[in-house]
Amino acid sequence: MEYLYYPGCSLEGAARQYDESLRAVFGALGVGLKELEDWNCCGATMYMSVSETTSLAISARNLALAGQDGGRDLVAPCSACYTVLLKTDRFLRESPELKEKVDQLLAGAGLRYHLNVKVRHPLDVLVNDIGVEAVAGAAASRLEGVAFAPYYGCQIVRPERGFDDPEFPFCMDRLFERLGARAVYFPMKTRCCGGMLMTTFPEVCLELVKDLLDCAVENGANCIVTTCPMCQVNVEAYQKQINKRFGKSFQIPVVFFTQLLGLALGCSEKQLGLDRNLIPLRVPLPAVGG
Amino acid sequence: MKNGNRIPGLLPPSEWQLRRKFLEQAELVPGGERISRCLQCGTCTGSCPVSYAMDISPRKVIALFRAGQIEEILRSRTIWICASCYMCTTRCPQHIKITDLLYALKRTAMDTGLYPDRFPVYLLSRNFVRLVNRYGRNNELLLMLLYHLRRNPLELLRSLPLAVQMYKKGRISLWPTQIKGVGAIRKILEASKALELPREKEEIEYAAGMVGYRAVGQLPPAPAD
Repeated sequence: MEYLYYPGCSLEGAARQYDESLRAVFGALGVGLKELEDWNCCGATMYMSVSETTSLAISARNLALAGQDGGRDLVAPCSACYTVLLKTDRFLRESPELKEKVDQLLAGAGLRYHLNVKVRHPLDVLVNDIGVEAVAGAAASRLEGVAFAPYYGCQIVRPERGFDDPEFPFCMDRLFERLGARAVYFPMKTRCCGGMLMTTFPEVCLELVKDLLDCAVENGANCIVTTCPMCQVNVEAYQKQINKRFGKSFQIPVVFFTQLLGLALGCSEKQLGLDRNLIPLRVPLPAVGG
Repeated sequence: MKNGNRIPGLLPPSEWQLRRKFLEQAELVPGGERISRCLQCGTCTGSCPVSYAMDISPRKVIALFRAGQIEEILRSRTIWICASCYMCTTRCPQHIKITDLLYALKRTAMDTGLYPDRFPVYLLSRNFVRLVNRYGRNNELLLMLLYHLRRNPLELLRSLPLAVQMYKKGRISLWPTQIKGVGAIRKILEASKALELPREKEEIEYAAGMVGYRAVGQLPPAPAD
């Protein structure tokens, strides 16, 4: 099994440990990841606010490149990239008019998108292609003692009904519970963290993140597990500010699901980039006995 | 609202132009025409995690659009506060693509310049687009520098401790990565400039009564589903 891999800009920067741990996990499971040659930014939420057609064309360049490469599934770990690439594909499928325009733009760059690429999230691949049982079979240790708040974030399950429920997804809960961790009650699992509002309207965003942290901590989580680079930064890096602003005392680690999974699969902390997290994950992880 | 007393059913010319711009943008959204199905149930507002910080709720945005007051929507904070989490779109019983319509409103506002100067989201988006056009990828550090320098340089000082912390953890890349195919991006941009020249649009007679559903009806009819 081999997938094409679209890391996205965040995974070269603030979410470097997501990139490292994703490669480590796929490596440990023996599943190939081939980075898409010369990928460009997907446009995120911001390009769309400036020009729709151009934004779609820029994003479609990646799909066109992936299409040339044998039409394998394209794995996009960043929630924004995943949503934008998926949305581009769906828009172009639904509207022949848009498709024609975008093709016209891509033709200038000598490309054409043949609607032949499936955009996938790594969580989807792990749970549905590889399978929870296969992952559990490859596990080197159990995640006893981990009580995690499964934080999916808003964009991987919406807006189009994707691989799990758009409001109350369960696949990540199932995956880690099979590995011995305990998912705490966390009704805010797909609630928005505010994303780029942390830059543009911090007072709004801090409030959203405070609610998330409250919900996780009050329900007894000792870590938050997320799938999204924006969520990870917002929820982890601003805890100090939130403590000061709202008189709280949050100090809860926020890790990518691939980091936690990597621990179960026996990858080293270095491989998983755990030293890059601002709040270290300190959970006793006993080795499994048979 | 600044037009004073209005003749019921008659739109002022400025509003009519804005409406046409918005409808052009909304046409680009597959399923955009479903805006005419709104029941005003308020599910969108109730589901929105940031509606508490908006001056006009998402439900009211559609109500104002119907009432022929787009200018009021464009001047609000609402369209810029949306973080595009798509909860409203997921829950809307009429399957209206509210998030995508808010994008259409953002584009209308940008095209017509109807937003305050140095407005945060506008600034951030513009700089983001500039970086992507130049390098093919975004660089978080450069984006923050460009944004804060223009908006409020003091903010740079305030975010310095966090930036240093992130840098020490190897989570900030100092130089933007330029992709090899940046020429291709340029070509796409040039082609799109040509494509986005003002289209010769069929002139629609400016007439009384073009508010509410009749004005909405200027969009292509919804496919039966």
